[in-house]
Amino acid sequence: MAEAAVKLVNISKSFGQVKANSNVSLEINKGEILALLGENGSGKTTLMNMLSGIYYPDEGQIFIDGKEVSISSPKIAYELGIGMVHQHFKLVDVLTATENIILGLDGKLNKKEAAAKIKEICDKYGFDINPDQKIYDMSVSQKQTVEIVKVLYRGANILILDEPTAVLTPQESEKLFNVMRNMKADGKALVIITHKMHEVESISDRVAILRKGEYVGSMMTKDTNAGEMTDMMVGRSVSLNIERPKPVDPKPRIRVEGLTVKNIEGIDKLKDVSFTACSGEILGIAGISGSGQKELLEAIAGLQPAESGSIKYINENGEEEELLGKDPRKIEELGVALSFVPEDRLGMGLVGNMDLSDNMMLRSFRKGKSPFTERKSPHSLAEKVVDDLEVVTPSIETPVRRLSGGNVQKILVGREIAHAPTVLLTAYAVRGLDINSSYTIYDLINQQKKKGVAVIFVGEDLDVLLEISDKILVLCGGRVSGIVDAEKTDKNTVGLMMTKVLNDSDKKEESTETGDSDE
Amino acid sequence: MFDIVAFIPRAIGQSVPLLFGCTGEILTEKSGNLNLGIPGVMYVGGISGVIGAFFYEQACAGGDMNGFLAIMIPLLCSLTGSLIMGLIYCLLTVTLRANQNVTGLAMTTFGVGIGNFFGGSLIKLSGADVPSIALSRTSGFYSRALPFASKMGWFGKIFLSYGFLCYAAFLIAIVAAIVLFKTRKGLHLRAVGENPSTADAAGINVGRYKYFATCIGCMIAGLGGLYYVMDYASGVWSNDAFGDRGWLAIALVIFSIWNPLIGIFASILFGGLYIVYLYIPTGMDYMEFKELYKMIPYVVTLFVLVLTSMRNKKENQPPASLGLSFFREER
Amino acid sequence: MNKKEPLFHIVKRDVLPWYKSWGIRAIAIVVALIVCGIITTITTGLNPFKVYGAFIQGAFGSGRKVWITMQNMSVLLIISLALTPAFKMRFWNIGGEGQVLVGALATAACMITLGDKIPNALLILIMTVSAILAGSIWGLIPAIFKAKWNTNETLSTLMMNYIATQLVAFFTIVWEVPKGSFTVGIINQSTNAGWLPQLFGSKYLLPIVIALLTTVSMFVYLKYSKHGYEISVVGESEKTAKYVGMKTEKIIIRTMLLSGGLCGVAGLILVGGINHTITTTINSGQGFTAVMVSWLAKFNPITMIFTSFLIIFLERGAGEISTNFGLNQSFADILTGIILFFIIGCEFFISYRIVLRKKGDK
Repeated sequence: MAEAAVKLVNISKSFGQVKANSNVSLEINKGEILALLGENGSGKTTLMNMLSGIYYPDEGQIFIDGKEVSISSPKIAYELGIGMVHQHFKLVDVLTATENIILGLDGKLNKKEAAAKIKEICDKYGFDINPDQKIYDMSVSQKQTVEIVKVLYRGANILILDEPTAVLTPQESEKLFNVMRNMKADGKALVIITHKMHEVESISDRVAILRKGEYVGSMMTKDTNAGEMTDMMVGRSVSLNIERPKPVDPKPRIRVEGLTVKNIEGIDKLKDVSFTACSGEILGIAGISGSGQKELLEAIAGLQPAESGSIKYINENGEEEELLGKDPRKIEELGVALSFVPEDRLGMGLVGNMDLSDNMMLRSFRKGKSPFTERKSPHSLAEKVVDDLEVVTPSIETPVRRLSGGNVQKILVGREIAHAPTVLLTAYAVRGLDINSSYTIYDLINQQKKKGVAVIFVGEDLDVLLEISDKILVLCGGRVSGIVDAEKTDKNTVGLMMTKVLNDSDKKEESTETGDSDE
Repeated sequence: MFDIVAFIPRAIGQSVPLLFGCTGEILTEKSGNLNLGIPGVMYVGGISGVIGAFFYEQACAGGDMNGFLAIMIPLLCSLTGSLIMGLIYCLLTVTLRANQNVTGLAMTTFGVGIGNFFGGSLIKLSGADVPSIALSRTSGFYSRALPFASKMGWFGKIFLSYGFLCYAAFLIAIVAAIVLFKTRKGLHLRAVGENPSTADAAGINVGRYKYFATCIGCMIAGLGGLYYVMDYASGVWSNDAFGDRGWLAIALVIFSIWNPLIGIFASILFGGLYIVYLYIPTGMDYMEFKELYKMIPYVVTLFVLVLTSMRNKKENQPPASLGLSFFREER
Repeated sequence: MNKKEPLFHIVKRDVLPWYKSWGIRAIAIVVALIVCGIITTITTGLNPFKVYGAFIQGAFGSGRKVWITMQNMSVLLIISLALTPAFKMRFWNIGGEGQVLVGALATAACMITLGDKIPNALLILIMTVSAILAGSIWGLIPAIFKAKWNTNETLSTLMMNYIATQLVAFFTIVWEVPKGSFTVGIINQSTNAGWLPQLFGSKYLLPIVIALLTTVSMFVYLKYSKHGYEISVVGESEKTAKYVGMKTEKIIIRTMLLSGGLCGVAGLILVGGINHTITTTINSGQGFTAVMVSWLAKFNPITMIFTSFLIIFLERGAGEISTNFGLNQSFADILTGIILFFIIGCEFFISYRIVLRKKGDK
């Protein structure tokens, strides 16, 4: 039995009215990989943030190597050998890898010496980074590597990785797991937060589960299975099956041809993309984050200018309209009922500081000739969405910023499907949502499909994509690496396609170059 | 005829307050604080020095003044005054997380008010028996040039004819550049301004860096006010004479893309532009055109501002968190 | 020292009920007034109660003083209202000063060049139009820069202020009466051409009426009009605005035209209605003060009536004290600064809460 590196006793933490953690007790052992599981909002990240000094617990005690400690700042966490790789990278864009790694340390500034030490760490665990590269030039996995090296550089013995694989390809994840195993062999204590059951099974020794801020229990990974873990997370058994009704009378609705989009720096974000989305079908879009999904959806929605190509909308009578070069208002005026659920819900789809009713008005405020806004119908629409989708909110007059992620998404999706769309674009529709909310969203999307809407569904969880989509388009570095029938393919094939364009093996470099995250 | 040897020292004389203000504001902005109170700070820096010098001159009205004290008393008063202004700004924006724009403007109202109030009422308040604030004796110490300057012809005039604060301005700008770009403290400061939550997670005390950078920045900027009244204006305080140099210093920060070394050249350029109207021949009948020429520095700044925003280069952008307050537990 | 447990920590509050937040602000103002009283006592030796007496005396001491207080308040209120739509859009227009000045300049230009040449009613109409136009143009220029290249508007509007000041300085010399005086003097003193009409025989009433009308219209415009809604959305999130097909460039430009134009009206009132002359300092920094009036009122036009009153009250009161004691007029700026510091600082206690640590065990 290994000695406990970290012991948490009765930790509680609240944010305003919300209890993020209550009375959590947990042990983390040396030479062990602990998977921390829980639905979104179950307080995993909050708990780990208290270990790394970002938050300070309201109540409870923390012991490191048997000694009680008070981790009031990240600096103290480092001094205690605790290092955390956050889900949203904590890196300064305009600085180099070396500068980021030595940030916050004391002593005279000697970048050469630091670079040498970084090289040493890289060799030991099998990383590959260029110490002089600026962060804004790096791909997501390179940024993550910098984060991990940063933690190791400070001699951390307790490593916390918050959803490290969310932004990686299966192959990159496997590489990361190998590094983690090396670290484990080195006697370090590791915590990994993840949602992906197969990863839990392949990497962890032990799992600990949180539910609604409370500790549910822990067990050895080898003694359990995905079903049991899910039950513990959710509290009751849920079916993992997502409905997939057969498409009824699919007809081409959106036809994209040769679409090429460049970003401000002139780098291709989309290159020669062509596909057709049909009515009554769900077209899934797979790819590593930053492979051009955002640009693709925004181009269709009229928010992203393109270099070349065309996006044709085909209506019920087979008449075609060019969408490219038109803004959302023009598209609306053409009579194209296009709905778009963007990735950045509060930053793009909704206005966080406005109430539910005002947010409903975003789509309808232009109606009518009066210079004044009409407020009755958005208000009743808000009430309807709240009722129909079981949105939990104190009132219609509550700013949406104060709702939880799932409820925010319900408001957004509810508004977007309210005006009977013929095309529905969704980006990461269930990101950050708990399982129940996720299924509500899947249902809503399927209902739209049954109504004959052409749905384009950008997702990150391959399991979900494979279950909900009819076809899957795989993007890699802005190119289409293939369009596959979702029923006839499997995760490995899609995962491989995400990393390289088929029959074109030298595109891998490009994918790291343009695979910049859009955070 | 345009006399370049006479023009350059005047341009540099004009540039010194701008350079102090610019260097101070660069340090401040690098910590993520947009301090629009700099004009007020420079007034306070100036008037605090004046108050110190005034009482010291009163104290040795009859006798001789000690050169060291004549310099140190106003200098320390000026630094203290600006430091207090810096602390007010930090207390409000860093500790109490207030809106930086509004706080800055309030600081400017307050600071200019302090300057003009004491400038106008100091004599009455202290009950002294002098007609106006003319600290020529103190000024004599401040504007004393290197002794051999006059013997070296044009070279002496252009390079050696200034009081010590002028050289200090250039030296401070150079030191600021070294600290910012070559030391660990500078690295940390830049990280704080770019991404405070990252800096915080890396164990940097964000609040402390913001406090130090802003307060030191204010103290440097305040020296600009001190230089203006003691050296440039020969110790004569007149209300509003310092004018809009504080605002121009803030504009200079953008012009110099947050690099104090570029700030040196930019401030000399602006110093020249500031007085160029004196050198454009207009004749007595067209006095009004001088007023139009005084527009030049502002028009140029506006132009540069637009130009830099048109060329979107990552390294030349303002610190990413400029103007935002930091709260660790923000969700 | 590292191992020390923090004594307290700071927690973000949920929204406070309005009476509590205004209570906190009221306390801040009272504390600030006490501090101001103490400072005044120190500098003047006056007994503190007399200080407040002098304040009230300065603002309301006589019928004429009340009218002047109201008139000054109206001008400040109009400028604050003018800046408000821009602020709601998160466009930091600190160029109110310049926009008012060019409005004043346009008014003066009309009065000087057209005075006595055309009927008075027509002259006033032309003055109004040109003042609004001039202010709008001054607002338009930084708006275009912002819309096209995202140029920092805080600094561009600031530069526009000084360009306006020099422009006024230029014309002051062109129009100076008598030659060499560097002042314009009272324009059309004999004919009163272009002087704004008196309402019900009072020369103070017109600005007050305009200010009240503007307040109500601005409140309705921001809260109930489609434009107002667009302004709020652009201010909250430009991305959301684009997403629903709003043309942010157009909205920025349109809003700044309104903002600048209304500042122009303030210029019109200053020259045509109150001073009948023009100087570079005719606006006495109210463009900056208005920023704070607007912000203190949380951009609510109705609340601005109170915040502008507070500022003017201080100015008039401090002015009275300075006159009585032969002190400099800038004393008012110091007091205003102090009050602002307190109000700015107290916002913290509205948004955050300080929690003392519960001790578990030692």
